[in-house]
Amino acid sequence: MHAHRSIVLALTLAAAVAAPLRGAFAQEQEVPPPRQHWSFAGPFGLYDPEQLQRGFKIYREVCSNCHSLKLVAFRNLADPGGPDFTEEQAAAIAATFQVTAGPNDQGEMYQRPGALADYFPPPFANEQAARNANGGALPPDMSDLAKARSYERGFPWFILDAFTQYQEEGPDYIHAILNGYEEPPPGFTLPPGAQYNKYFPGHAIGMPKPLSDGQVEYTDGTPTTVDQYGRDVAAFLAWASEPKLDERKRLGFQVFVFLIVFAGLLYFTKKRVWHEAHHPEAT
Amino acid sequence: MSAHPVYQPRSSFMQWMERRLPIAGLIHSSFVVYPTPRNLNYWWTFGGILSFMLGVQIITGIVLAMHYTANVNLAFDSVESIMRDVNYGWLLRYLHSNGASFFFVAVYAHIARGMYYGSYKDPREVLWILGVILFLLMVVTGFMGYVLPWGQMSFWAATVITNLFSALPWVGDPIVTWLWGGYAVGNPTLGRFYSLHYLLPFVIAGVVVLHVWALHMVGQNNPTGVEPKTEKDTVAFTPYATVKDAFFLGVFLLFFAWFVFFIPNYLGHSDNYIPANPGQTPMHIVPEWYYLPFYAILRAIPNKLLGVIALAASIILLAFLPWLDTSRVRSANYRPLYRQFLLVFFAVVIGLGYLGSQPPEGGYVIAARFLTAYYFLFLLVILPLLGLFETTKPLPNSISQSVLRHGAAAVASAPPSGAKV
Repeated sequence: MHAHRSIVLALTLAAAVAAPLRGAFAQEQEVPPPRQHWSFAGPFGLYDPEQLQRGFKIYREVCSNCHSLKLVAFRNLADPGGPDFTEEQAAAIAATFQVTAGPNDQGEMYQRPGALADYFPPPFANEQAARNANGGALPPDMSDLAKARSYERGFPWFILDAFTQYQEEGPDYIHAILNGYEEPPPGFTLPPGAQYNKYFPGHAIGMPKPLSDGQVEYTDGTPTTVDQYGRDVAAFLAWASEPKLDERKRLGFQVFVFLIVFAGLLYFTKKRVWHEAHHPEAT
Repeated sequence: MSAHPVYQPRSSFMQWMERRLPIAGLIHSSFVVYPTPRNLNYWWTFGGILSFMLGVQIITGIVLAMHYTANVNLAFDSVESIMRDVNYGWLLRYLHSNGASFFFVAVYAHIARGMYYGSYKDPREVLWILGVILFLLMVVTGFMGYVLPWGQMSFWAATVITNLFSALPWVGDPIVTWLWGGYAVGNPTLGRFYSLHYLLPFVIAGVVVLHVWALHMVGQNNPTGVEPKTEKDTVAFTPYATVKDAFFLGVFLLFFAWFVFFIPNYLGHSDNYIPANPGQTPMHIVPEWYYLPFYAILRAIPNKLLGVIALAASIILLAFLPWLDTSRVRSANYRPLYRQFLLVFFAVVIGLGYLGSQPPEGGYVIAARFLTAYYFLFLLVILPLLGLFETTKPLPNSISQSVLRHGAAAVASAPPSGAKV
């Protein structure tokens, strides 16, 4: 049919106008983060509890010194579809943190060990204290970090991503940042207190290199490399930002099966009903 | 399979009711026996899909409102608590945020169908204008909804869009201050946006009633653009249109579910997971994807006031299509030139959408100017002139004739079942 030909023609024209613009006018090329393999990618991908536990260990021993995780509660550590800690383990973890409570009967705030219902306490009392301790830079809260970071995908990838269900830009970016520290290229002047990072926009990052090989001990034989640390902590942060992912994908599959069957039945009903209208003589 | 043309209440209760409030009779005449052209294609199912999506948005929205807090210090965290602590809160929110996108997918398909088949022409002008009003209401409602999570993009989109009014001479700045309820986007702004975001969907529902009423006065257009003449040209709404709408709604929901369950944040912007910070402007402020073509038009014009006028005109001009289009033939299937220009117009709108997502620099702006020029040239020059000079193809005498011609062709290629024609 002609309709199809002219639609294709029109779209080709539009693409022909748009495509060269990108190359000709794109600003300084950022280095895209290398794609990692994630257990939670794709329609059936779910979190790997062991990886989340390793990632949590890194958060606790390294990141939590500067980064808050204020939207996550200790009870979440024992939620289904998460790091799969038992309730006792989660309570024990909570008890190792000191949280501010009160006021008590004397009107004083006081410190007590954390409980399941408590949220992860922030490392700094307020933004000013955090900036003061970090050379003026503010370490962002990590609760939503894996969903709050992305990078430019560009044409045609941003369209194809809808079909391949690529949703892990944030974790890829976090992994890349942790592995992106290197010597600045000659001629690149770093502002005082900043580090050079290959994947950070503008390359001058305020955070000193947080992880080195062998820094965090793993008991399950997983390699203790920055590459592995980066993947594990990014997976943990992906869970922290999207704790209901497992539930969402499981329900999504059921909804899909239902809708396919339901739409299929409706299709045959429609064919049957319309048969008469298409062939009025047959009745 | 034909139902009785007039509603006949069977039970004594319904007879009693019908004498007092003939609502069952109204439903019967509007959605059961209502005649629809027999040649409607699947592009005609988007009206039903839009009604369904309005229902989805209102129901999920009402439940979300039970858990949301409209306060600049609490809004972001209240949305996060919906995502993390409310039972199926993540589902409600993803249905609602992606539902807005799919509402716009459906409305763009619906508008494109109206333009392709000339559905705005006499006697459907009021029906069409009500549709443009509905689209405007959707734009306003969607924008206000995007502000509510109070992320970075929420805040900065609110700032940029409300600031557009400051381009108006004399009254501009007072209007902006009045909209904000202060001297910057802040708590009063969030409060009123929330209130209006809850109100406007019901206004939309009211205008939808008028839209359907106007539709039932003049009847549906159809792919030939030839009005139904005899009973042979139409079929009853139920079961024919109902089952066809239901099937395609199912297909539409499959696409919707793909986004809701598997890529729920694909259509959003990652910056909106960063709490609003008035002290830090994001690198690129972009609206939701469904506003991008209009955003590109705004930024294509170097003068702010003219840009705002062009933005408003790009939507309001659509209301004048019945008079801008001078051709007496409705369907683009019989207007070869209009068809080519219109398909280019659609491609231009998609191109503007892409340019709207890019930074307003260099070649992007130049391309946006060319496409903007075509947008207005098409509506203001090409459309009025085409009607005067275009040679149209001969129209079929009736809908049933055009259907039978297709039917005959199909029969010719399948001889065993075609004996009766």
